[in-house]
Amino acid sequence: MSAKPLDLGGRQARLAWLLMAPSMAVIAVVALYPAVTTVYRSFTNDTFGGGSSWIGLDNYAKLLHDTAFRSATWVTIEFTVFTVTVEAVLGMILALTLHTAFAGRGVMRALLLVPFAIINVISASIWKLMFNQSYGVFNDLLVDKLHLASQPIDFFGTRTMALLSVSAIDVWKTTPFVALLLLAGLQSIPADTLEAAQVDGAGAVRRFFSITLPQLRPALLVAVVFRTLDALRVFDVFFVLFGARADTTTMSIYIEQNIVDFGKAGYGSAISVVTMLIIAVFVAFYVSLNARASR
Amino acid sequence: MTDTLRRPAATTRTPSLRSRRHRLTPAARARRVLFYLLVLAIAAFLLFPIYWAAKTAVAPDQEIYATPATYLPRHFTLQHFNNALSDPRFLRSIVNSLIVGASVTAIALLLGAFAAYALGRLAFRGRSLMRYVILAMSIFPQIAILGSLYKLLTATHLYNTLPALVGTYLIFILPFTVWTMTSFFQQLPKELEEAAYIDGASAMQTFWRVMMPLAAPGLAATAILAVIAAWNEYLFALSFESDSSNWTVPVMISNVGAQSSAYTIPWGDEMAASLVVMIPVIALVLVLQRWIVAGLTGGSVKG
Repeated sequence: MSAKPLDLGGRQARLAWLLMAPSMAVIAVVALYPAVTTVYRSFTNDTFGGGSSWIGLDNYAKLLHDTAFRSATWVTIEFTVFTVTVEAVLGMILALTLHTAFAGRGVMRALLLVPFAIINVISASIWKLMFNQSYGVFNDLLVDKLHLASQPIDFFGTRTMALLSVSAIDVWKTTPFVALLLLAGLQSIPADTLEAAQVDGAGAVRRFFSITLPQLRPALLVAVVFRTLDALRVFDVFFVLFGARADTTTMSIYIEQNIVDFGKAGYGSAISVVTMLIIAVFVAFYVSLNARASR
Repeated sequence: MTDTLRRPAATTRTPSLRSRRHRLTPAARARRVLFYLLVLAIAAFLLFPIYWAAKTAVAPDQEIYATPATYLPRHFTLQHFNNALSDPRFLRSIVNSLIVGASVTAIALLLGAFAAYALGRLAFRGRSLMRYVILAMSIFPQIAILGSLYKLLTATHLYNTLPALVGTYLIFILPFTVWTMTSFFQQLPKELEEAAYIDGASAMQTFWRVMMPLAAPGLAATAILAVIAAWNEYLFALSFESDSSNWTVPVMISNVGAQSSAYTIPWGDEMAASLVVMIPVIALVLVLQRWIVAGLTGGSVKG
């Protein structure tokens, strides 16, 4: 393009790269360079303060037999699949409800932004208070008010209970985001299509599955992809609720422990690389899902 | 519930709505009641945790730890707010969060607006590739480069300083800013830009005098979202700041609970501190809701 005379197109291209240069430079320093060194370091036995030498695939071989990492991977994947599914279904219900015209709809839509405005650490501690076994409000409701349980439930007791409880917090915090994306999608569906289907005698359920859902597919996909990628790197809620508890350690917490607490830069980098690969698998899955559906 | 889809707003046609309501069959009326119950349930779901935090913040300690729980505060106290606001470490963490949030947002908006203008308005080869690079960056797992950043910050003597957070927060805030603002720039009408060119304005003049003012609402929305993202960040703040005088709000608040055993968590103080930092953000978000929704959905749905 530099061979061309200074036409508008060439000038635009030059200007475009000039405008992007500062952002690209920042990204190269704070993201690209660290990403490359992470991959390099994963083949070394680097420790903070100590020396570093090339050990090939030793870290990865060790990872294969690391039961703590396997547990962290499963915790993260179970949390991701569960929360994203619940958030997609609940988000759809919220979006359909708030798409209907009714008095107070504007207020309700504004309320969707409330959980979003609260920082993760704070929402985790509010829920931690509500989950408390002796004076928490949930046990008060279940035992004293609704009589659904005979004695207070330990919401963080078992691994399953802990995962469900932490999922509830994530669902509360991020379902509104899913609902907002779906609402934007719903608004782009022409009303006459739905009206025509109604005139033709299609029921509400039929209309939803034959018209609304297919039209919402792009918005739903975007929401699910964003939520999945966010859930796979979950750190805050788990860390605030459980700290370094072994059976609720997520991939992110495990990386943080190895690097910050144990100073194992090499091994921590190998875990980071595998975590990136696991996330890439999820991305590839969604991309192929999208490609198949649009065929 | 979809049969009410295109009903005109109640305020504009009250008489006809009333006459219609009289003709509602019992089944339709039952559906309507169920619908409002659903709306009520959603409102409770969204707001109850906030209410509980507020109730805890203004209740005296014996009520917070009492069983059975009290759903309305019987006694009202500002003691917890007093404790939180007289804690210099807490106030310091707010200042730190403000410094980091404002700096990173200012840098990201300035650099990001240039890049977004290029990606949204200029035609050049490699544009779609660069858009994918930006999108990939915005979903990149920051945790994966924690170790390298740690080394980088130690080598540059930035470890345990606030600039360390400003620099590392750009990893997720800059791509997000570029991505969101690109979609705002794309939505602007082409005619004004062309008119400026015809009048002899250069590309940079067009950018500063025509496009930036038009994109101002989008910039504002992006700024709020960037501030919230920076305000929210926990992992880097926890990992890169060892000195408690450099802690940001999330690290400070999580530490109040972590330092104490399960039975002595000062819930009242913690909830009061939480309210102090969350109420302004909620208020800001509600005031600017239209732009924020556009910022949250525009970049992803249209992209």
